[in-house]
Amino acid sequence: MLNVQDLHVSVGCSEILRGLDLAVNAGEVHAIMGPNGSGKSTLAHVLAGRPGYDVTQGRVTYRDRDLLSLAPEERAREGVFLAFQYPVEVPGVSNVYFLKAALNAIRKHRGEPELDAMDFLALVKEKSGLVEIEEALTRRAVNEGFSGGEKKRNEIFQMAVLDPRLAILDETDSGLDIDALRTVARGVNQLRTAERAMIVVTHYQRLLEYIVPDFVHVLVDGRIALSGGKDLALDLETRGYGWLDPGPNAVAEAP
Amino acid sequence: MSDPSLRELLNQEYKAGFVTDIEADAVPPGLDEDVIRSISAKKNEPDFLLEWRLQAYRHWLSMTEPKWANVLYPPIDYHSIVYYSAPKSHAGPKSLDEVDPRLIETYEKLGIPLRERELLAGVAVDAVFDSVSVATTFKEKLENAGVVFCSFSEAVLKHPDLIERWLGAVVPYSDNFFAALNSAVFSDGSFCYVPKGVRCPMELSTYFRINAARTGQFERTLIIADERSHVSYLEGCTAPIRDENQLHAAVVELIALEGAEIKYSTVQNWYPGDKDGRGGIYNFVTKRGKCAGRRSKISWTQVETGSAITWKYPGCILLGDESVGEFYSVALTANRQQADTGTKMIHIGKNTRSTIVSKGISAGYGQNTYRGLVKIGKAAAGARNHSQCDSMLLGDKCGAHTFPVIEVQNPTAQMEHEASTSKIGEDQLFYFQQRGLSTEDAINMIVNGFCKEVFKELPMEFAVEAQKLLSVSLEGSVG
Repeated sequence: MLNVQDLHVSVGCSEILRGLDLAVNAGEVHAIMGPNGSGKSTLAHVLAGRPGYDVTQGRVTYRDRDLLSLAPEERAREGVFLAFQYPVEVPGVSNVYFLKAALNAIRKHRGEPELDAMDFLALVKEKSGLVEIEEALTRRAVNEGFSGGEKKRNEIFQMAVLDPRLAILDETDSGLDIDALRTVARGVNQLRTAERAMIVVTHYQRLLEYIVPDFVHVLVDGRIALSGGKDLALDLETRGYGWLDPGPNAVAEAP
Repeated sequence: MSDPSLRELLNQEYKAGFVTDIEADAVPPGLDEDVIRSISAKKNEPDFLLEWRLQAYRHWLSMTEPKWANVLYPPIDYHSIVYYSAPKSHAGPKSLDEVDPRLIETYEKLGIPLRERELLAGVAVDAVFDSVSVATTFKEKLENAGVVFCSFSEAVLKHPDLIERWLGAVVPYSDNFFAALNSAVFSDGSFCYVPKGVRCPMELSTYFRINAARTGQFERTLIIADERSHVSYLEGCTAPIRDENQLHAAVVELIALEGAEIKYSTVQNWYPGDKDGRGGIYNFVTKRGKCAGRRSKISWTQVETGSAITWKYPGCILLGDESVGEFYSVALTANRQQADTGTKMIHIGKNTRSTIVSKGISAGYGQNTYRGLVKIGKAAAGARNHSQCDSMLLGDKCGAHTFPVIEVQNPTAQMEHEASTSKIGEDQLFYFQQRGLSTEDAINMIVNGFCKEVFKELPMEFAVEAQKLLSVSLEGSVG
């Protein structure tokens, strides 16, 4: 589904990603771990098309298309979803209104008829139960005055409604207490299907106790230093990131 | 943005499509006492009104044009203006087929009904109303309720007592330069009187008063709500208004007697000039209401998206004890538009309350200024005011300015003032895009969300139109 090859990305004049490779297939859950500043969030943003990042080298194909040539809204309509680490507040715009507009933009792109208000509300009811979000929350302005946990649950709720093919969760666990984390993880697990791929970006192993990944990748200094199964996360928990010195790797991979 | 903005297309339309024949019945350009006498004579006005006009004119001669507003424009030559031309000499297109399709497209986007489109596009009024007359049924209903709603000229002839009593009662001719000019030369406008205890059975809209469909350059509106009456008045409309007069200096006076309530809603979408700031209407308006009686209420709601320059401060004089004044405003300036607008709340009576919610949106090179005065007089014990002034910036070439003045002479007053300035951030835009929405949809939703508190004060259909209007006005302003 997603194939990232030799991706180099700069912000301003500093290079953040330095030759990243990643292949993700439908049905798989990949965890991206790594220390602060290793480029985890940059990867999530570049895949979603956030402005301000320069791709200087490499390519990304998504369902046999050049992902990087698509505008952010085109990527979204093609099924790429980013659960934001810091969801923005939009005063005066109700959550359901926003989400209905988004869903219908995506449906239109897929050639499906737009949902009317009744059908949409039925969908909201169904999905809000799935991710344990209070319906009252869906009627409030987008993220305005939401607690940290509510914002994250709202992201997962949006994901449930928009039904993406590739979901990227950017530090969805940050700022959550253990109960909120469990709720969010339960929601995510409900959305795991054979057709959907997920990339879970996290700093801590803790989230991966609840969302068990198929693959774990450790990102150090802008490239994947180590890949493995779910047990790799546990190793990292006990040993930290320090032992993954990027220096030797960089040398080893140099031509 | 690669598409040429709709606004640009409309500009061409304004230049090309509209021809007025002013030769039929007009006075020569320029202003002196003879011109005023001639205007008054043409309208068969009673002596008191001519005398009032002349006093206004003499006073105007002693005044100078105000320069304190935060707007820039070249000097106005008051001697080149034609101060009177009869509207009957109207030569517009005969049907919508003769109107530029791009204008029709705008009407479609705004969802304006066919009949109104004809009116707005300047199709001869006879052609519009030759079948079932909406206006006639409308008029009958009002007459049954005892409500007087007619053109100002008609009111002068039919209800001279009311005019003589109330004209200038809220905005005296000496009030300011533009009000004085208007008082001297006003051509026509609207008049409304709601008798005691009557709740006006419908929203009064200038749409339906045929002879007000083409607003004059110096319009005069007077609304009197007698004791315990209630009226909601809609001025203007969301479609682009074709008009060739550059200077507009209107006066609106509202009077609410004991227990009466007036709700006055405006949507102003006059020609704003082209994207380089050429042309466009100068809208210098004096609007004021007086809550003369106890427990009376006046509420102003305005959505201002048109005009090259807007200079306008709808205010309330809260004379009656426990009277209430409200001001809800959305002002949008795009391209080179400039707006200096706000309100005045003058608290005189005890326990008077006022609310101000102002939302300014600047895009392109637009300059948007909020200017407000809240004054609590010595006798206004227990007065309360809440003000909220929010500005939103789109892009980095526009400006938002705020000049709130608060004067309190009574220590029991409670004042609250909130203000914010925000920018549609890349973060917000990206969030919307990441959910599949286009940049334009994102901006529309964010801006409409920003204005929600004001839109909810508008009558419902008007609110829907106002939302669409903002979308159309913002088209192509961010790219």
